[in-house]
Order: sequence, then structure tokens, then C-alpha cells
Amino acid sequence: MADISGVPHLFGGEADLRDDLQARLDRAGLASVSAIAGTRGAAHALARHGGGIVPDGRLVDGIGHLPVTALRVDHDTAEGLSRMGLMRIADLIPLPRAPLVRRFGSGLMLRLDQALGAQSEPVGGEPDAPHFGVRMTLPEPIGKQDDVMAGLARLLDRLCAKLAATHMGARRVRLELRRVDRGTVTVEIGLARPMRDPLRIAALFAKGVDEVDSGYGIDALRLSAPLTEAMAPEQIGGQHGGGATIRHEDALADLLSSLGNRIGFDRVQRLLPADSLIPERSFVLAPAAYAPPETAPSHAGPSRPITLFPPEPVTAATGTPPASFLWRRMRFTTLRATGPERITPEWWFDDPAWRSGLRDYWRIETQQGPRLWLFTTPQTRDWYMQGEFA
Amino acid sequence: MRFDPAPADPLTLLRQRVHEAEGRGRRAFALFQAARHPGPLVWIIPSHAPELPMLRGLPQGVGERLHILRPVGETDLLWCVEEALRAAPVGLVIAEPSSPMSLTVGRRFQLAAEAGRTTGLMLIRQDAGSNATETRWLCEPRPATAADSTLHHWSLTKNKKGTINDWIVDWNGATAAVHMVSQARQRLEPAAAPR
Repeated sequence: MADISGVPHLFGGEADLRDDLQARLDRAGLASVSAIAGTRGAAHALARHGGGIVPDGRLVDGIGHLPVTALRVDHDTAEGLSRMGLMRIADLIPLPRAPLVRRFGSGLMLRLDQALGAQSEPVGGEPDAPHFGVRMTLPEPIGKQDDVMAGLARLLDRLCAKLAATHMGARRVRLELRRVDRGTVTVEIGLARPMRDPLRIAALFAKGVDEVDSGYGIDALRLSAPLTEAMAPEQIGGQHGGGATIRHEDALADLLSSLGNRIGFDRVQRLLPADSLIPERSFVLAPAAYAPPETAPSHAGPSRPITLFPPEPVTAATGTPPASFLWRRMRFTTLRATGPERITPEWWFDDPAWRSGLRDYWRIETQQGPRLWLFTTPQTRDWYMQGEFA
Repeated sequence: MRFDPAPADPLTLLRQRVHEAEGRGRRAFALFQAARHPGPLVWIIPSHAPELPMLRGLPQGVGERLHILRPVGETDLLWCVEEALRAAPVGLVIAEPSSPMSLTVGRRFQLAAEAGRTTGLMLIRQDAGSNATETRWLCEPRPATAADSTLHHWSLTKNKKGTINDWIVDWNGATAAVHMVSQARQRLEPAAAPR
């Protein structure tokens, strides 16, 4: 969609402009249809129904013959109109508006007015996405860690002001240091949640800046936030008060950030409930920085172990449930067995661990003390250990 | 600095100190303590360990407060423990170091716990503890005679500020409440002064 007011005479008129555009698109290998009209809605309608040019002031004649679907109305409205015998846009124009609005809502009349120019609909480019980047060039190269941190603090103040103006918070912050010899060193940190507090972000950079090789000196700093998220204004806590809860949450987010920056954000995890009866899939380990905590629904039914591990084979099992068995080179004798609890595989997932078919789970209290979670596969009669109870 | 007096409930861990638990039932003991500590919980497991806590089996209110860290390598694990202990908002730090802890490591953890006012609990292998620990617990599950009881034998084998002792408790793994199974024993504490 382009606004060509005041431009066509440069190309020798609207028709020549359109021909020129078509020729260029054809040369580029793009099959296209274009239309020129006085309103956005009319041009939209005509471009989808053969194209052409509607002269000024003759909108009704130009698009009146088009079907009502050309009006950018939804499918239900178009179908309702055709059921009433209103096939063309020209059929709609002489009708009283109030009954149409009552039947189809105000959207239809809005689209009609927009197409005929009664309602203005300017063509405007989308606003540019704000750019979160600031830089600083230094007259003299610097090399000391304190100087870099001081420069970083100034840049962070500006970056955070930019973030605050657009109600955004940074999730990743990248510091690029340009050295005198044109080399570039990059220090990047991640944040456990969107943040725009300069002091707390600066603290996370301390370790990365410490490892930077400054060479002959650094003469330019560039700070950018490649990943940002919307951040509600009330989340800002820090040293400006805001209540003990917010400070508490901030402190926890700072801990998760510093942990994540060292061991990796995918290794700082949280247990989230999942909707499955398969033990391995009844919960998911999700990165804590990207998944808010969820309260597990209270569950009924058989109890579950506190620890779960991949199935380990149990040998020398006798009977069902086994009266005695060997596991991890220890012999256990059964004191009490609860079960079986039969769990069938989820056929809609192809899980290699569950290819052996159904499983019968038993909770077995042993004479030796441990309370164990065993299962057997009825097809093969093998026993496996999968968990330990409290 | 001043330490809190010894807690009245014998199974309460002294705050702002690092404790150790060993034996087969150490994870159950850790979850029992987790249920009794308010605030966020951090459980540090080496990335190669196959055992993971299972969400549906955890005591009430523990699952949503629990953060699991799975660092690669022992150095990162110890760093994570120290960092988590030093952070004020954490209620309890549980860690499973895979190698024996030196006195230096244990002492650093104690200092970090004091700085962050956080309690720590190390789940150690047999005899892999550090001398700097405040208390050391030997936890073993016990076979129960009755069908609906889950007995645990928790014995305090080292205590810097008190006597050692042992308890057999009946804890079902669901809540913070525990039922002590009392047993006759020789008295270790000095008798209270007669009034």
C-alpha cells in the first residue's frame, strides 16, 4: 500500500505510473495486480478483483460492481449479505444503514465508509521499533577495569533511561569494547527476568569485564540490549523501596541471573507440573528464567516416590511381587508390597523407553529399610527399579 | 556475632549454618527440612546424577518453591552452593557434592551462610563430610511393622553446640508434621534443676 498523492505527474500520470510499476514487477518475475483509487479501501478491493484505476470522485462507479467480499469484511458477514441477495457493493449503498448495522454490526458500515471515503483511513508507515543501543567514544584509550566499569555505568544509565521510556526491560545486554588495534571484545550477560536497574545489571558485568584483554587500550564502548521484553512499571524495586516482597523477588532474580551467567540459564531449572500419567513426563524441568512457578494441582491416587531415575534392571527377582531381589549389588527382601498400578504407554508419543509396553508398578517396602518403586513389564516379566520413596 | 540458641525442636536445623546428612535416607531428610523452611529452596544436583526429585512425590508446598541447579563439574557446584548461601532470600540450600569436602570448603560455606543468613544442608556420601559442619545426621529408612507408617531413623552423629542423639520418626513424606516414635534411652543431657 503506497500513498501516491502528488507523485503521478512525475511519471506522466496515474496510468503510466501503474504501467511502469507493473513492468518493473514483471521484470523481477513477480506476477501482480495493482489498483489506484482515492481511498485505501477502494484500492484494496480493486487490486483483488482485477486491478485498474478509479478516477477521482467516481468511487461508487469504480467499485460498485465488485462483490461485497471485497470490502474487507469477515466471512460470516459476507455470507449473510449474499444470503439476503446483496451481492455487490452497489447493492449496499442505497439501503438504510440502521437495519444493516443492527444485523451485521458496525464493522460493515465502517468498511463501506472507508472504501467510499466517508471515513478517513490514512496510509502511514509503521513506526520504527525503538533501538536499544548506546555508545561512547573516548578521546584517550583506557585499559583499567575500573575505567571500563565507570564507562559502562554511564552507558547503562542512558540505556536504562531508554528502556524506561518505552516500558521495556532487557533480557540480554551486550557490551562491545573496541580496542585501539580495531579488535572487538564482546561481553554478554543474560538476566533472569526483564530488568532496567543500572546498578544490578552492572554487578553482573563485573566478572566478564574482569576477563577482557584490553590490548593497547579501549577507545570505544557500545552497549546494546539485543533481547528485550515488556516490563510493567510497578516491577521496579531495587533501592527505591517498593516493599519487602519486591526486594525479595529482585534478590532472587539477581541470584538466578548470576547463577545462569556462570553455569548457563538452561541449567537453572524449576519443576513444572505436566499433564501425563507417565512418571517421566508427569513433570518438566524448565529453565527458571523463562518459566514462572506453577502450583501443582493436588493429586489423588497412588503415592509417588520422591526421587526418580531412569529404569535400572533388578536381578534375581522371584515371584510377583518379588520376595527378594538384587539391585545395585544389594539384596533386598520384601516386607510389604502395594500394587500393582498399571500404567499404559501414551500411544500418541513414540517414547523409546516405553516400547516394551505396559508397566505394572509396585511400591515395595523392604526388610532392609528402603521403600522402592519397582515395575515389571507383563510381556517380558523383567523387573526394573525406577524410584525411591521417602 | 551472636548465634541463635539451640532450637527447642530437636529436628530443627540451626539457622545460618551449614549441616550435613548422609545415609540412604538423606534425600528424605532434606525434603523434610525443605518443608519446614519458608522461602525459596535451591537444590544443587550434579548434571551427571540420574536421580531427580519427582514433583508429584514432594511434600506439600515444596515443588513450586524449588529451584534445581545442575552445574557441570565440581568447581561450578561448589561455586553455586556458595553463591546460593550468600543470597539473602533463599530459605534452604540443599546440595549433593560428589567428592569429599575439604575443611576449607566447609569453612567457606559456613562464612557464606552467615553472610547470607541462609541455612545449608549438604547431602554427602559416607564419610565425605567436612569437619566444619555444624551437625551431621545419619539418615536411614527403617522397616515398619504397621502398614501405614514410614519410619525413619535419624541419628545426630556430630553436633558442635549440643549433644548427639538419635530419633526414630514416622514421617509420611507429605507434610511438615512428624510423629516421634519415642524410645527409652539413657539420658545424655544434664537434669534440670529441681524447683
